[in-house]
Amino acid sequence: MVTSSSLIYLIALPLFGALTLLLAGRRADKWGHLLGTAMSASSFGVGLYQLSQMLSRPTEERAISQKLFTWIDVASFQVDAGLLLDQLSICFVLLITGVGTLIHIYSISYMSHDENRRRFFAYLNLFIAAMLLLVLGDSYLTLYVGWEGVGLASYLLIGFWNQKPAYATASKKAFVMNRVGDMGLSFAIMIAFATLGTVSFAGVKEASEGASETALTAIGIMLLVAAAGKSAQFPLQAWLGDAMAGPTPVSALIHAATMVTAGVYLIVRSNFIFDAAPTAQLIVVIVGAITLLFGAVIGTAKDDIKKALAASTMSQIGYMVLCAGLGPAGYAFAIMHLLTHGFFKAGMFLGAGSVMHGMNDSVDMRRYGGLRKFMPITFITFGLGYLAIIGVPPFAGFYSKDLIIETAFNAGGFKGILLGSITLLGAVITAFYMTRVMILTFTSPKRWEENQHPHESPFLMWFPMVVLSIGSVTSGLLFYRGDALANWLNPVFGDHGKDHHEEHLFEPIVVSAMALTAVAIGVGIAIMKYQLSEIEAVAPQNVSIFTRIARKDLLQDSFNESVFMRPGQALTRLLVKGDENVVDGAVRGIGRTALGAGATLRRSQSGFARSYAALILIGAVVLIAGIWVVTL
Amino acid sequence: MTFVNPVLNYAQLAPILIVLAGAVIGVLIEAFAPREARHSSQLFISTFALVAAFAALMTVRTQSSVDAAMGSVAFDGAAVLIQASILIISFLAIFLIADQENFTAMAAAVPGSEEERQSLQKDLRVTEVYPLTLFAVAGMLIFPIATDLITLFVALEILSLPLYLMAGLSRRRRLMSQESALKYFLLGAFSSAFFLFGVAYLYGYSGTITLIGIQESIVGGSGNDIFLLMGIAFLAVGLLFKVGAVPFHAWTPDVYQGAPTAITGFMAAATKIAAFGAILRIFYVGFANAEWQWKPALVAIAIITMVFGSVVAITQRDVKRMLAYSSIAHAGFLLAGVIALSKSGLDSSIFYLFAYGVATLGAFAVVTLVRDSAGEVTDLNRWSGLGKRSPLIASVFSLYLLTFAGIPLTSGFIGKFSIFSAAYESGSTAILITGVLASAIAAFFYIRVIVLMFFKDPVEDGTSVVIPSALTTIAIAVSATLTILLGVFPAPLLNFIETTAFFIR
Repeated sequence: MVTSSSLIYLIALPLFGALTLLLAGRRADKWGHLLGTAMSASSFGVGLYQLSQMLSRPTEERAISQKLFTWIDVASFQVDAGLLLDQLSICFVLLITGVGTLIHIYSISYMSHDENRRRFFAYLNLFIAAMLLLVLGDSYLTLYVGWEGVGLASYLLIGFWNQKPAYATASKKAFVMNRVGDMGLSFAIMIAFATLGTVSFAGVKEASEGASETALTAIGIMLLVAAAGKSAQFPLQAWLGDAMAGPTPVSALIHAATMVTAGVYLIVRSNFIFDAAPTAQLIVVIVGAITLLFGAVIGTAKDDIKKALAASTMSQIGYMVLCAGLGPAGYAFAIMHLLTHGFFKAGMFLGAGSVMHGMNDSVDMRRYGGLRKFMPITFITFGLGYLAIIGVPPFAGFYSKDLIIETAFNAGGFKGILLGSITLLGAVITAFYMTRVMILTFTSPKRWEENQHPHESPFLMWFPMVVLSIGSVTSGLLFYRGDALANWLNPVFGDHGKDHHEEHLFEPIVVSAMALTAVAIGVGIAIMKYQLSEIEAVAPQNVSIFTRIARKDLLQDSFNESVFMRPGQALTRLLVKGDENVVDGAVRGIGRTALGAGATLRRSQSGFARSYAALILIGAVVLIAGIWVVTL
Repeated sequence: MTFVNPVLNYAQLAPILIVLAGAVIGVLIEAFAPREARHSSQLFISTFALVAAFAALMTVRTQSSVDAAMGSVAFDGAAVLIQASILIISFLAIFLIADQENFTAMAAAVPGSEEERQSLQKDLRVTEVYPLTLFAVAGMLIFPIATDLITLFVALEILSLPLYLMAGLSRRRRLMSQESALKYFLLGAFSSAFFLFGVAYLYGYSGTITLIGIQESIVGGSGNDIFLLMGIAFLAVGLLFKVGAVPFHAWTPDVYQGAPTAITGFMAAATKIAAFGAILRIFYVGFANAEWQWKPALVAIAIITMVFGSVVAITQRDVKRMLAYSSIAHAGFLLAGVIALSKSGLDSSIFYLFAYGVATLGAFAVVTLVRDSAGEVTDLNRWSGLGKRSPLIASVFSLYLLTFAGIPLTSGFIGKFSIFSAAYESGSTAILITGVLASAIAAFFYIRVIVLMFFKDPVEDGTSVVIPSALTTIAIAVSATLTILLGVFPAPLLNFIETTAFFIR
């Protein structure tokens, strides 16, 4: 493989920014945001340079690596810290640094009134560096470092306004639930090392060919646990809604475009494991399918614009996970949806931030309405993202979601029909709740107080939104034409990436028609329910039990509290008691016994040489007797 | 009978000869040099002799032979490692001995007499301690390489006699110091008699005094087994006495407490290495094939020693006595390496001996620093709160205690771990279980001292930590550094021992 010494700059630049801003302290308040943005932009520049270099090389030489240092060298356990830039990671590098830079620019204005803006940019840079390490690491252990790094950055940014106890709690919740996933990743690494003897991607790939399916299934399931934690997939999804406590740019960057898709990256990167472990693959599909519907249903009931978008993110990642679980046929499409989603969802989050900016930080959509007139740019860019996510041609989401639905139907047999139907149902609900967001915010009659003065956001905020909306419009076609992205990614998935156009349950055109029908149904219901009827400014309370459950996030928190938290607390109390009585008791008991024995035995130390000599004599006699007895 | 002109390999004997020469020069200095010049020249001669001996040892480190002195000594990997350890420890010990505050002004003066008062007034020094130390070191160098029983006995006496004298040199509580010296001498003579008795029985059994010859007789199985077992038992008594294994340990606490602390440190560290070196050679080379006869008895002694040393240490109120019992417990742990009777047993014993020796010397060096106006303070109650007054010294002492307790990241942990693994591999599960339990008990009293130093309020009675002399500082710094290094990066030394240590037969 081609080696390069410049990969480290991708990570080093934002890391340098983060350290400078954190160490310089208040002195950097005046220029901190500029340095942060510059570092992110330079990293993007290095990424573009690497892409141009990669394009100039023949297909088989496109992946490049850089060995940094020998990290661990203990007997048979050897890990080099190294970076790997291939066709898959370059996609992520450009997404992270590109969207990241736009969000840095947006934040300059969005956070301009916050006295801790410098610290905010430090954390953003830290996040970029960690996320790049995550996607550039050439082993599971290096990935793990980045994985923990983004978890830390996410925790710091969700709780950025931690003077509000609820926000601090939200960041803690996200951190704890992510730890569950992280345990999965560390178990996966341990199992991989124990059974395959290596933790590098290349090494595991090679070793997985001869490995037992049981081991690979165990690794796969543990990787899925990790992915579920980071990507807010069932059953570790509950933290994402609360994570909206962070400033909106954070929600756009970390909790929509990049970090939450790390789980999809992990599954796709580990394709060689999942391909050889069908059971694990099936569980991936099931988790994706459940989350897809779960998130969509929650999305229909949310009046908080950010939480509605968060539920939508959960649901869209469900699509990606489901698709990644369908094996070689789906990897490229999962990544394609991930990239298009990165554009339109980040754009919509920034739009939501722009709306909040104009509405005194209110997030209640029932208090919005009629904002189309006051915020035309926000309306148009958000609208383009909206058309993309519900899947209207020729916007980006149409191509990527269509391919996922098609792949799901092609999974074969009953499974294919079931999965296809679920993805279609998801499309209906997606169209419904996104239309609802559009209507409540922009097109319905105004429901805000007279003292509100909605206004368009400044240039620094709407410029990134415009750029992202261009991506929402064009990226789908760009990736789709001539299977551009699929062909590009093919070398990463080995030889079997291309054999998926054999059996069709439906012709592609039929699938597209069904998807469009689904979208039309969803949009139609939403228009009837919201555009054509009165919207109450306060959420009605006399609603069906299903609505109430949906509003309570399908009882995810109640479930976690009663199944994990309370028994966990009880177990902790029990263990503390056990520690005090049993362990400490035993320790104290040993201490007392030994003390007593010592006090008795020390009397043998009389100080008289004659007694000592006698003791030696007796000892010698006993020794001889002992040896004699043994010999007999 | 014709006299055979002995053929000697001087290169391999050079370390011993250099140390002996240093000792003889030291005696001459005592006899002829003016009083003022003695201390510095003695210090120079002894350090020079030890460094030169170490250098001489390094030049022949890869050689091995059994005929360096007509078959009386064996020179092999284990010999080099053990001799090197003894020389390093002795070198550091000389630095402690150089701090003459702890030594009497005139050893020959009767305690409390006019002569003693005058000698104190004149600020005399007992510089004869240097040649005595060198004689003891020479004996220690011969002891672990001797391959016949007479050479063994001679070496044992060469190393013991100076130690008996040195134990009586303490400046304060001289009566107690002299009492301990006399006790040590009496009991030492008693145990030497056992040793010699054992030699006689073994000669009676095999008709030879060489370890190889005894080994061949055991293999041949022609001798009288009663003689063999009497011989092994009596020889063991003499050897186990030297390392302080129960029930031959009784002298240890009294002598450790009575002797000047620097001498105690030297004795505890270097004697243990030399004596275990000899025990390892005798049992691995001479008695290996009589394993089934001596092993059960030695297992019993090891277990009793570990438990006794650990349990009795708990009730000690004097830091030197506590360290004495700790050294008894360590003798038990080290016997586990002898019982293992395997290559890994040998390797781990050598590592353990070096690590333990270094830490012990450092611990006693710290003890010399805690003083009041009348001299060293060894009462543990008066050590309370020491960590608040002298955090650095208290931390270093805590480090030694932790390594004695075998806490990870110290050399003691690696030593205990490897020696117990070796014992377990050879099938001595009982040793493993008792060893771990005894370590747990031992941890109790080591950590109690740490708690005492750091979490109790200081007592206002004039106890303080004096500023150590440059040489003492070096000794403490080196031993503390080695203790941490061997705990964190033990692999280089472990690997080196593994590739080097062997017994030539």
